Amino acid sequence: MPVSPHQARTLRHRTWVAFLVVPPIAFMSLFVVYPILSAFAYAFYEWRGLARGEFVGLANFNEVLFGATMAPVVWNAFSHNVQALIALMIIQNGGGFLLAWLLYKEPFGFRFHRVAVFVPVVLSTIIVGFLWKLFLNPNFGLVNQALFSLGLGSLAKPWLGDPSTALGALILANAWHFIGFPTVVYLAGMQRIPTDIIEAARLDGTSEWQLLKNIVWPLVAPSTTILFTLLFIGAFNWFEIPYVMAGLDGSPFGNTDVLGLVFYRTAFGNQSASIQNFGQGSALATLIFLFIVVFASMLTLWLRRREIQL
Amino acid sequence: MNPDSTSRPISFSFLVQIILIANSFIMLYPVVVMVFSAFKGTAEIFEHPFAVPDFTQVQNFSRVLGETSMPTYFVNSIVVTGISIVLIIVLGTMAGYAIARYESRTNTFILLFFLAGLMLPLKLAVIPLFILLRDLGLLDTRWSLIVTYTAIGLPSAVFIMAGFLRSLPSELEDAARIDGASEPRIMWSVMLPLALPPMAIAAIQNAVPIWNDFFFPLVFIQTDAYKTLPQGLTTFMGEFTTDWGMLFAGLTIAAAPITLLYIALSRQFIQGMTAGAVK
Repeated sequence: MPVSPHQARTLRHRTWVAFLVVPPIAFMSLFVVYPILSAFAYAFYEWRGLARGEFVGLANFNEVLFGATMAPVVWNAFSHNVQALIALMIIQNGGGFLLAWLLYKEPFGFRFHRVAVFVPVVLSTIIVGFLWKLFLNPNFGLVNQALFSLGLGSLAKPWLGDPSTALGALILANAWHFIGFPTVVYLAGMQRIPTDIIEAARLDGTSEWQLLKNIVWPLVAPSTTILFTLLFIGAFNWFEIPYVMAGLDGSPFGNTDVLGLVFYRTAFGNQSASIQNFGQGSALATLIFLFIVVFASMLTLWLRRREIQL
Repeated sequence: MNPDSTSRPISFSFLVQIILIANSFIMLYPVVVMVFSAFKGTAEIFEHPFAVPDFTQVQNFSRVLGETSMPTYFVNSIVVTGISIVLIIVLGTMAGYAIARYESRTNTFILLFFLAGLMLPLKLAVIPLFILLRDLGLLDTRWSLIVTYTAIGLPSAVFIMAGFLRSLPSELEDAARIDGASEPRIMWSVMLPLALPPMAIAAIQNAVPIWNDFFFPLVFIQTDAYKTLPQGLTTFMGEFTTDWGMLFAGLTIAAAPITLLYIALSRQFIQGMTAGAVK
């Protein structure tokens, strides 16, 4: 069949476009789409080590949510994820908002302070975790040493060994690591507010608090939406800080156990009991995934609607 | 107006200064102590934790570099991060260019496909990924990390590149087309030289999380010779638990490259790392 020059050109054009889009799509399909779809399927099978066994329906989900051995561990961990989420929303995102407001005023040295607050953000979570683990050491750690030298020795504690302070210490280490992120994002949001709005409010004699509450906070609502959604996803994927600072079992006595640690122990075992259960691990991952997707979309929708209202 | 209102701004800005200085102190002092302690022996750290050390005492550093696997971890991190970033930029630019510059009915579908990749945490699909990599014979190699990081970073690069390339005027292309330049030639010689800044943003945005990642090496890598810095650091910390001088030297060496790079390029880092959250 003779090929017209026009047809030849379209064919060549199509081949060129295909050359551009097919490799990235093939890569994503193989290493993202296929694993995620399989993750759902795996949860419905029994696994013996790395080999897939019988189809077992919802048995794995049942064990994870209601079973005698898994369920108490899962729910205990879940409650810690929720606590971390709430605490970090206040300390990390709330603190970041206030810091951003102070930097927005461009006081003396604000460039230095903006660079300083972001330094921990670039560090690896592993470095941050080990650093604070050493600082919180009961005998030789910087924190207790500082308390003793200030005459506050009675406040010194084995922070990571005491069930009442361990989770809080992990949350504070995380806040130290990441507070620069919401700070910088909020700062960028504030810099997009037209300055005449803020100046007009100032001329009207609006107090600092009123200005912050009634003008700045509503106008940075898009930043709030994205920061709260990211924190939500991060809080339910929390893994590195607890792993490094409290260990794979969430010591002391499961007081710092989180879903990420439970998932890792279930799927890949641990030193003390090297049992691998891919079925239950997949079921737990699927549940965490669905929880994140459902709540994160609800949260985003709600925050978006709030953006429009404000 | 009350009589206080003239003095209030001064005391207020004083308070602002106090808070910002205190905050920067809290952010930086732990890092400073880490570096100071790296120059001390363990006994000195325990007795004088806050003292400024003798900076000529570099035994800890030479031991970390000479007696441990830290240099190997270092090289692995550079290789894994470097190859991943190149793949992310190349594949991301290809897809982004096609989406941005060629009208097609499938464009929306392709964009949504990558958007889904941006939203899904691949961490939770680590079990099937583990089995897939084992079947491909990539488990416990550096390639297992490279393909995983490329898959995670690709969607964001597609978005950054498509967003930028779409904003370029079509006159550029048309002029070259009239001159008889082929499509690949237009892409390579006309459009891409203009697209270096968004490539840098996409590179930084992905390089920092890849360089710092711990989870995937923990699951995929067993062999010490293939470990990257964060994972190698946990091995190292386990070996020297009581030698605090060594621990702090190890942490300092692991933190140094990215911290120094950040100090030199802080604007680009902040812009790149918040690129997804700041529109």
